[in-house]
Amino acid sequence: MENLVLQALSGLASASSLFLVASGLTVIFGVTRIVNFAHGSFYMLGAYLAWTFVTTLPRGHLGFWGGVLAAALLTGMIGVLVEVLILRRIYRAPELFQLLATFGVVLVVQDLALLTWGAQDLLGPRAPGLRGGTEILGLRFPDYELFLIAVGPVVLGLLLLLFHRTRWGTLVRAATQDREMVGALGVNQRWLFTSVFFLGACLAGLGGALQLPRESVNLHMDLAIITEAFVVVVVGGLGSLAGAALAALLIGELHAFGILVLPKITLVLVFLVMALVLVVRPHGLLGRAPGPPVGGANTAEPVIRPAPPALRWLGFVALAAAVALPPFFGDYALSVLTEIAIFVLFAASLHLIMGPGGMASFGHAAYFGLGAYGAALAAKWLAAPMEVGLLLAPFAVGVFGLLFGWFCVRLSGVYAAMLTLAFAQIAWSIAFQWVEVTGGDNGILGVWPDAWASSKLVFYYLTLALCLAATLLLRRIVHAPFGYALRAQRDSALRSEAIGIDAFRTRWLAFALAAVMAGIAGGLFAYAKGSVFPTFMGIPRSVDALIMVLLGGVQTLSGPIIGALAYTGLQEQLVRLTDYWRLVLGLSIIALVLFFPQGLAGAARSAWEARRGDA
Amino acid sequence: MDATGGDMTGWVIGRRQALAGAAAALAAPGIGQAQGEPIRIGEINSYTAQPAFLLPYRNGWTLAAEQVNAAGGINGRRIETIHRDDAGKPEDAVRLAGELANAEKVALLSGGFLSNVGLAIADYANQNRKLYVASEPLTDALVWSRGNRYTFRLRASTYMQSAMLVEEAAKLPARRWATVAPNYEYGQSAVRWFKELLTRAKPDVTFVAEQFPALGRIDAGATVQALAAANPEAIFNVTFGADLTNFVRQGLTRGLFERRRVVSLLTGEPEYLDPLQDEAPENWIVTGYPWEQINTPEHTAFRDAYRRRWNDYPRLGSVVGYDTVIAIAAMLRKSPSLDTEAMVDAMQGLQFGSVFGPVEFRGIDHQSTMGAYVGRTVLRNGKGTMADWRYADGKNYLPPDDVVRALRPQT
Repeated sequence: MENLVLQALSGLASASSLFLVASGLTVIFGVTRIVNFAHGSFYMLGAYLAWTFVTTLPRGHLGFWGGVLAAALLTGMIGVLVEVLILRRIYRAPELFQLLATFGVVLVVQDLALLTWGAQDLLGPRAPGLRGGTEILGLRFPDYELFLIAVGPVVLGLLLLLFHRTRWGTLVRAATQDREMVGALGVNQRWLFTSVFFLGACLAGLGGALQLPRESVNLHMDLAIITEAFVVVVVGGLGSLAGAALAALLIGELHAFGILVLPKITLVLVFLVMALVLVVRPHGLLGRAPGPPVGGANTAEPVIRPAPPALRWLGFVALAAAVALPPFFGDYALSVLTEIAIFVLFAASLHLIMGPGGMASFGHAAYFGLGAYGAALAAKWLAAPMEVGLLLAPFAVGVFGLLFGWFCVRLSGVYAAMLTLAFAQIAWSIAFQWVEVTGGDNGILGVWPDAWASSKLVFYYLTLALCLAATLLLRRIVHAPFGYALRAQRDSALRSEAIGIDAFRTRWLAFALAAVMAGIAGGLFAYAKGSVFPTFMGIPRSVDALIMVLLGGVQTLSGPIIGALAYTGLQEQLVRLTDYWRLVLGLSIIALVLFFPQGLAGAARSAWEARRGDA
Repeated sequence: MDATGGDMTGWVIGRRQALAGAAAALAAPGIGQAQGEPIRIGEINSYTAQPAFLLPYRNGWTLAAEQVNAAGGINGRRIETIHRDDAGKPEDAVRLAGELANAEKVALLSGGFLSNVGLAIADYANQNRKLYVASEPLTDALVWSRGNRYTFRLRASTYMQSAMLVEEAAKLPARRWATVAPNYEYGQSAVRWFKELLTRAKPDVTFVAEQFPALGRIDAGATVQALAAANPEAIFNVTFGADLTNFVRQGLTRGLFERRRVVSLLTGEPEYLDPLQDEAPENWIVTGYPWEQINTPEHTAFRDAYRRRWNDYPRLGSVVGYDTVIAIAAMLRKSPSLDTEAMVDAMQGLQFGSVFGPVEFRGIDHQSTMGAYVGRTVLRNGKGTMADWRYADGKNYLPPDDVVRALRPQT
């Protein structure tokens, strides 16, 4: 009994820490609609800055608490810097595009933190006055954890006061409900956005700084916290502070008690919770369904037209080069080209649901990875030849696509995207944990192509043929009646329903189709690499796909192709050129975002149309 | 430093330094800089994902390569390393292995920190008949269940390090044990071996609780409380890095370690002990590397050379990086040519002088006999270190040959 009480208290302390980070994220999202990947970086910066301040300032209460506050405020200023220098310039870009910029910031901060604070984990001093423990029911509990338990509700109370008792807070709440209306009423949105970003980054920084007496400060803090913070925000309901608090409480306590029953559950628990909550409540615990989109036709995306002749010619030239040149390349160039072809299909498959489908996915790697595992498991357990494995993989993935898709496409926006992430993480944890079948994180080895395709050149042509056919099929589908239906339901679900399009079924089939295509890419990837690992369906792989599509441009059909080429090529080159490739890649992404807010292909199209004068 | 390692070119070590270095035994006095086409080594590691361990590793590697070259290289040819960062992704490591083998024309592959990255490179090496000298990955699968002709591993494996600790754990009076390990292959195997070997040594032990926090994401308070609730007499810990730091902090404040013995893998390594500063736990039985106390001639020479070159003290990673190069150099001297099969034959049973003493790459499973230091942790001058330590030679902590043959696929 005593133990259970203490376990509950431990859960409360974790919940409190989680809430601090999540509250900042939810406030930023509520007003600016930005999916801020860099929030974890703010958290990490808060912790590092606090370490620097606390260890340089004189010891004692002033040095410690002053250092923590200074770190939070400075992190807030860094947030302002990011907002003013980068995000402010791209608010008009398509939804989710800002995500790309924040991803660039994540990469830059990772390398800058390594350069500034070094690779070794840093341990901060304990909080003065809160070093020891208190006896509770005969067991010792740390004072600092008790303090943390109190901090969460206090911050929640202060935030609620701020939002409900000040003019600024009223404006923020108004903007969370209807940004355009607030703008129309003459409120300076720039100032509002910047101040909200300051507050959000401040809260993340405070969350990080307060971990100092509890945890070591290290370079993995950003990614460790960001997914969990997103889960809390989404489970609570986007933009809802009370929801975030409730969700943090739920997850903190489930964690604390979950490990008593199933010690290995920590890998997947938060995602199970999120999946359950979103299936039952599509807008989170306390989130409100957004009103119907204003103006229907006004929000329609640009119509996709057949490619202009010049683009066709360019495509033919590129294709001819892809077919004719490789015999003159070495093995390494061939394996890079093989990889690029695979990623083109992977990105194109995601593009089907993101562009024409109008749904975002943060978990598309699930289908890529399932395809790879399908092929590898067929080879390992059925001793199937490569052809069978490559054929079997997309079918298996299609089944999962139908299953997961049925849940995901009922949701919209970030909620749907986060549910795809939840399913991807569940699939990932099964691959990771079911060691007897999947080999766990050591993966499945020895998945090499059959003898006839073992030469790099033959395998490249095989990959090119399959990926090209699949990518062209995806293009064709967008122009087919099904594609029209898909685009119609994206632009106005109500109107398309009215003319007899089953929006749910259309989205569902598109989702499954995208999964099948990703499965083909995954199966090929397994044979290209000779081995399969859970990382194939990890979050970074999903993010890669997202980056490729966004970088290329969501609203053009060539976007994913260009994006996959640019991102894979850039990364491959940078890794070979410099140890600080993350810094350069991050800066490149930020630069591309600033100069081409329509994506690379989108920018090319605008330039083309402007020159021909038919924009 | 650029990724190609080209900055080594201008570095010429003085003769006195070379003689003082551990390579002194190999250095023929009077031989100047190496001549001829350099021998290229491809090295892949998770530099951006695991910098805390791998920066000292890289320094150790560079130091050894400089010493080898200053002592005349390999039969007059310099060695040159091309480093690549796999960012912790095995699929990227496979691509880079292809790049190094096909585009950079390296003679052999090396590196690897994460087990799955090591296995991916090993499988590539097997498929493409390229020698792979794995430096760091600990997984037993690398030389046993998934071992192959082309893969050799330097560092003491999970099994070996667990066996070293079981020897000490069996001497303790404790019967009720709890375990805590990161939830991935390394943690799972370590716990499995520890349980199996300890039960064999002391049949009356029971395991009353186990915790498997996700790697790098330990919820330390809840984990500590859950372990305390089971009231074990002793704890076997496998967490390391940030997880370890957080676990120790919460454990100390909550009194988990009072009146309990803790047996802990890798905790004595400076990489993991030093960040804990004056909060390093005392009296834990650990494997590690008490770098400031080892005064054998080989180690003293290495330590002095390392401090001169990098103005920093060596970590265990430095030793691993350094010894990998020394082992490769010894193999290159022994091998008649740079042909892969010849080099593989040279690696079989290769003996070389490591920083820790003589080491052999066993023919039976391609595992080196490099050992580890076993001792208990103490606080000295506000820093954690090891006391009452001894060198556990790896060759004494491997299963009998018939067991190894059963574990490893025989061709």
